[in-house]
Amino acid sequence: MDLANSIDPFIYRLAIFVLAIFVGYYVVWSVTAALHTPLMSVTNAISSVIIVGALIAAGPVEMSLSKVLGAVAIGLAAVNIFGGFLVTQRMLAMYKKKQ
Amino acid sequence: MSANLTALAYLIASVLFIMALRGLSSPETSRSGNVYGMIGMAIAVITTVINPEVVSYTWILTAMVIGGGIGAIIARRIAMTDMPQLVAAFHSLVGLAAVLVAAAAFYNPAAYGIADADGMLKLASRIEMGIGVVVGAITFSGSIIAFGKLQGIVTGNPITFPGQHAVNALMGAVIVVLVVLFAIGPESEWFWGMTLLAFALGFLLIIPIGGADMPVIVSMLNSYSGWAAAGIGFTLENTALIITGALVGSSGAILSYIMCKAMNRSFISVLLGGFGGDTAVSATRSDKPVKAGSADDAAFIMKNASSVIIVPGYGMAVAQAQHTVREMGDLLKGHGVKVTYAIHPVAGRMPGHMNVLLAEANVSYDEVFELEEINSDFSNTDVAFVIGANDVTNPAAHEPGSPIAGMPILDVDRARTCLFVKRSLSPGYAGIDNELFYADNTMMLFADAKKMVEDIVKAL
Repeated sequence: MDLANSIDPFIYRLAIFVLAIFVGYYVVWSVTAALHTPLMSVTNAISSVIIVGALIAAGPVEMSLSKVLGAVAIGLAAVNIFGGFLVTQRMLAMYKKKQ
Repeated sequence: MSANLTALAYLIASVLFIMALRGLSSPETSRSGNVYGMIGMAIAVITTVINPEVVSYTWILTAMVIGGGIGAIIARRIAMTDMPQLVAAFHSLVGLAAVLVAAAAFYNPAAYGIADADGMLKLASRIEMGIGVVVGAITFSGSIIAFGKLQGIVTGNPITFPGQHAVNALMGAVIVVLVVLFAIGPESEWFWGMTLLAFALGFLLIIPIGGADMPVIVSMLNSYSGWAAAGIGFTLENTALIITGALVGSSGAILSYIMCKAMNRSFISVLLGGFGGDTAVSATRSDKPVKAGSADDAAFIMKNASSVIIVPGYGMAVAQAQHTVREMGDLLKGHGVKVTYAIHPVAGRMPGHMNVLLAEANVSYDEVFELEEINSDFSNTDVAFVIGANDVTNPAAHEPGSPIAGMPILDVDRARTCLFVKRSLSPGYAGIDNELFYADNTMMLFADAKKMVEDIVKAL
């Protein structure tokens, strides 16, 4: 039996998902408590990578309900992406050591 | 661009996102980490846009410019004291975007290559979409309520009614049934039914939760927004979304755990809500004598101290007193006093809230310490200066049976003198009297936090 081809691709995605949870777990525990607010704003920004789904919906030339929904979702995600990264940058710029 | 190249580009974006989080392990590396995050996002967006399925750019560009412009303006203008509500508002946008993307995929599955032979959404995708859209909808409406509470549009007190938990449980069960029905036959009735019901559930889940529990709730909604993104990622078979969703989901979950631990409450008890607020204000107040002082007294005591630990809380944020507090700290340092800051994990309305405010006021981050780093220092400190904090200093936490029993507190009572800036003797969020107000070594400074610190600065 060809094992590699008999595995449902879903299982691969599940494996990626589970491993990413572990990566997230260890990386986030190493975040210093002083930066927990920037952590929230930056996770906010990166979770807006959901914009990739919206871009595909808004991509076709023909007008459709999907296209409208996609365009609105792009707008919402863009608020988050720009707002999230920029406000994080603004906060991080304030963390200074004594000169 | 071939499908393989696209997948590789998404992988690179995901790695950059991990590096963005990794950078936050110290303030020095955090700034470059944020840049990695931006590059990752740019790679993900560009990769998708140059895909052959995306041919029309007008709407995409328009939406991006409008959304991006709004986001950039908000990011520049927002006051640091308003960060908790901003983050809550951003969570709601992720939730709503997840719902909209799911709806778009539901009406046009072929565009995502997830249609079956009949042009319908595949069975596996339907299950994943059901979960993603429900979590996304709960995130959206829950975050709206959290935003309203933090902004003061909705009362910060818990809103409870009889049978609340039963209603929520019933709604949850109906949603599960609708997800199953949707998986069996993807009718739009089921899709919108489960979505609308999940909106309602998110609303009902958050209204019974009081203001000071918001650090847990904001973290929890952060986590939900991640799981929603991951759910949609499974539906669309997109690894960048799956990985990012998992990262954000576990990040929010860890933060909720840290916040619960810092209050010694279980996650479930926070979620069930009803803690604190108006109902608790009726708590008996003792008639013991209180020593009250003036700004001049406080200035005199601190000037002649050799060490002062400043303990900020939500009240400092409300009064916008962080700049004045820093000024006071600088003047004290000029008198040769050692000044440090002690921060309780749940001080404020979101994780790390006080740290950001002090950083904004130009307090060097190596003068700011977390609870476990500094707690043992109080016993050999001359003055603990508590401003806008209450429950997190209440020694009642050491007594079994009190509502905050077992909560780790800052031991300000161990300092030789404890100065307490507060408007009145009213109890804090937990609704219990603070013994500390009546202690021999406590001096109450009754005033608005900012006004009092300004007066102390003048006296110095």
